[in-house]
Amino acid sequence: MNLLNVLMLLPLAGALITFALPRKSPQFARLVALAIALITFAGGMALATNYHVSGTPQFVTDVVWVRSLDIHYHVGVDGIGLWMIVLSTLLAPLAMLASWNVITRRVNDFFALILLLEFALVGVFSSYDLFLFYVFWEVSIVPFLFLIGIWGGERRMYASLKFFVYTMAGSVLMLTSMIYLYTKVRTFDLTTILSALSSGRLALSPAEQTFLFLGFFAAFAIKAPLFPFHTWLPDFHEQAPPAVSMLLLKMGVFGLIRFSLPLFPVAARDNAPWIIVLAIVGIIYGALLALSETNILRLIAYSSLSHVGFMVLGVFTFTQLGMDGSVYQMINHGISTGGLFLMVGLLAARRNSTAIDAFGGVAHAAPWLSTAFLITTLAGLGLPLLNSFVGEYLVLQGAAEANFRYAVFAAIGVILSACYMLWLYQRLFYGAKPDRAYPDLDVREWLCVVPLIILMFWLGIGTQTFLPAITGTTSHLLDDSRQSIPFRVEAARAH
Amino acid sequence: MLISPPAAVEYIRFLPEIILSIFGTLLMVLNPLIRKHGSSIFGNISILGLVAALLGAIYADGQVGQAFSRMIVNDDFANFFRVLVIAIGIVIVLGSYEFLSRERADTGEFHSLILFSVAGQCIMVSSNDLILIFIGLEISSIATYILAGYLRDDRRANEAAIKYFLLGSFATAFFLYGISLIYGTTGSTNLTDIHVFLSSPSRPLLLVGVSAALMLVGLTFKVSGAPFQVWAPDVYQGAPSPVSAFLSAGPKAAAFAVFLRIFLTAFPSISHQWWPVVWISALLSMTIGNFAALTQSNIKRMLAYSSIAHAGYVLVAITAHSDIGAAAAMFYLAAYACMNVGAFIVVSHIAGKGEKHVGISDFKGLGVRQPITAALLTIFLLSLVGVPLTGGFFGKFYIFQAALQSNMIWLTVLGLLNSAVAAYYYLRIIGAMYMQEAVASTPVPQPLPRSTRFALLLPALGTIILGVFPSAVLDFAIKSANFLK
Repeated sequence: MNLLNVLMLLPLAGALITFALPRKSPQFARLVALAIALITFAGGMALATNYHVSGTPQFVTDVVWVRSLDIHYHVGVDGIGLWMIVLSTLLAPLAMLASWNVITRRVNDFFALILLLEFALVGVFSSYDLFLFYVFWEVSIVPFLFLIGIWGGERRMYASLKFFVYTMAGSVLMLTSMIYLYTKVRTFDLTTILSALSSGRLALSPAEQTFLFLGFFAAFAIKAPLFPFHTWLPDFHEQAPPAVSMLLLKMGVFGLIRFSLPLFPVAARDNAPWIIVLAIVGIIYGALLALSETNILRLIAYSSLSHVGFMVLGVFTFTQLGMDGSVYQMINHGISTGGLFLMVGLLAARRNSTAIDAFGGVAHAAPWLSTAFLITTLAGLGLPLLNSFVGEYLVLQGAAEANFRYAVFAAIGVILSACYMLWLYQRLFYGAKPDRAYPDLDVREWLCVVPLIILMFWLGIGTQTFLPAITGTTSHLLDDSRQSIPFRVEAARAH
Repeated sequence: MLISPPAAVEYIRFLPEIILSIFGTLLMVLNPLIRKHGSSIFGNISILGLVAALLGAIYADGQVGQAFSRMIVNDDFANFFRVLVIAIGIVIVLGSYEFLSRERADTGEFHSLILFSVAGQCIMVSSNDLILIFIGLEISSIATYILAGYLRDDRRANEAAIKYFLLGSFATAFFLYGISLIYGTTGSTNLTDIHVFLSSPSRPLLLVGVSAALMLVGLTFKVSGAPFQVWAPDVYQGAPSPVSAFLSAGPKAAAFAVFLRIFLTAFPSISHQWWPVVWISALLSMTIGNFAALTQSNIKRMLAYSSIAHAGYVLVAITAHSDIGAAAAMFYLAAYACMNVGAFIVVSHIAGKGEKHVGISDFKGLGVRQPITAALLTIFLLSLVGVPLTGGFFGKFYIFQAALQSNMIWLTVLGLLNSAVAAYYYLRIIGAMYMQEAVASTPVPQPLPRSTRFALLLPALGTIILGVFPSAVLDFAIKSANFLK
């Protein structure tokens, strides 16, 4: 059986098993779920080592799901999906470890939902059928709904419902676009649609392209989230258990690259100017809000709004470097922002608060924790030798190639991110000695933190491990969309 | 026309209705004979009759053809809906055991009314003649008027029954008036004859249009589509929950079947006249239903508004006036029946004696107190929201695909945005169950009886199967939607 299918079936089966395990022994459920997640991670590593750099998807399975509508279960891995899948399989066991003792209520359900979420994430990152993608896209919000709603903070119900309804509103617009495409080509298969587009069998008028593009864009911009569709994000991160926040990977940006760009190359280029403006506004606005925030989780949420701005900017420069950079940032975001959430979770477990002014001088009491936090902070603000530097540099270089002014404005965001991150670090860890004991990292916490820190350095120094696979896919993507543009404009005119 | 005595095969084509009528009558006869209250014997007989009728319908599907001077048309379409309404009947009877014993109201009357109503619905979906459709509609409706007021001493139930009866008779009168006009114009009540007559270029468009409009009023009322939806919230709220479950599924599915048959068999040639009207009705139903449901705190009333919205989705499929639209409506009605009946039965279970606990706040902490009930209700609600891998999603997807196929882009966009709004009020219930703790005033629900558990597992299974493996039902719907040609 195809390794990719194993990666999907394992978490799904694991989720069902964990749901069914006896509720009297939560420790057993934790161990079972963690074991399954670790096996899945091993599978993810195997996926990465067996992946050959090329522009075409690998580990492909294509079977008919609903014959009368030509819906396929068509999954595969390309250079972008690969790293997102590996990241999902890595973060799931870490999220479990991070919430090991923190989650004490309904333990089975929590761990099962994490596995279910992992299943949906792997599905999102590997679908090559529009319908299938939509299924996973929507299914992924259900575990989030419950993970926040049951184990979240004081205003958990508000946050989870807001998240759900927001996402749903975007998704249904994407669904409309998908169905419209289907009525034109009678298939949901991405590769078939793309070849129909490039052969001219499917000719979309510029107006059609624009509306279809906007339908997809609505879903991705809300999910990413891009300014001004971000208002659910701070509530989400503030209320969600930090371990759950780790798993909010950048599906929206991924969708832009996988679907919007190749399907609607002309519309994507036509709409790029205002999208880039939104992205840059998001970079600066997010950073400014992060500066003024008093809650750690909300601060990180705004910083991630700023990061998303970078990713979207990179995509819409339509340059090789910009695209590579934004994919790189998608991975980085999972590692360093994920790492921040994880460590805030560790802090919150010690103080039972996430307000910045509840902390101070933690560095005296828990030096290892503060060192780990410092490395993550520096990684997040883009220090060379650490991961974000590579991504941000690539995006800025790509932006400069497209239009130098973009790079200038985006660079302001980099400066501001240094301000709010370092200021945050200062307020949390320096200052007067804390009024209480802060235990340093224990074994379990070390286990959560170390893999992420290793990856921060690895992504920062060993870029050649990751970049070839990404470039292989993005260059293919860019070539394809570039080639088909003039042709399609002609075809549309003839139409 | 010389009427010859019916052949044996014609009885087979009418088999489900015959079985249901026999069992319905049997229950009426047995009612005074068995005085032992609290026994479930009536329910068991009723289930037996329904299962026999279900098998009868499956058997009848092997004998496709017309019967009784072309009054009955026993085709795949008819049998799809027969199986659907009978299955709804089975689940409702199973789900009402708990209610009937709780209210000490276990009589044969209740069950025979259900059986007669189902028989009427079977007649509706399998007749090819307006007169017989009307008779079936009346059999089904009169039984449901009584069922709505089944709890004689309950004032809200009485109010519901009276409202339902008065408005319902009024709507049927419209329908009948439409029939009489069409008979005057075309000289026939047979749908095929009407279709042939209307295909000629010399048809009197105005009169036919007026009669189609009158029938539309009657049918829109029966399916609780806007602007004739106002009765639904009061009736669903006042009637006992199992009856509300029944009203929202069985008669509605049958009325939609009639809707499809009349408007796609008899009136396709004037579709340019009626589809814009249905377009408006669909949009109004979805919007009114969903936005009114947002503010409800009574869960029965909320589900009533939600069922108006769902009628709107099916009306979208009818607006598409195509084979795919018909198939989509059929599939959706099956999915809708599963999720809505399931949700109402959970409500009936939680409501307790006298149905006192029907507020959304009464569901607080149910996820902890009764995990299985809560999980099942979650499946139904997620399906009502339209989350993938449930029947509700696939049905909705298929409906809007049919609509886009017919170039109804705005209706699709507005309809789907509507479903995003709808997510909020369904999630409120999920929120109450899982995200809020039970407080002192929250009623402690009774343990889930076995009959209710079955009544919930069946539709839950249906919801999941329709969502994950839709092919079987979908292919059958597509095949049987060909009746139009």
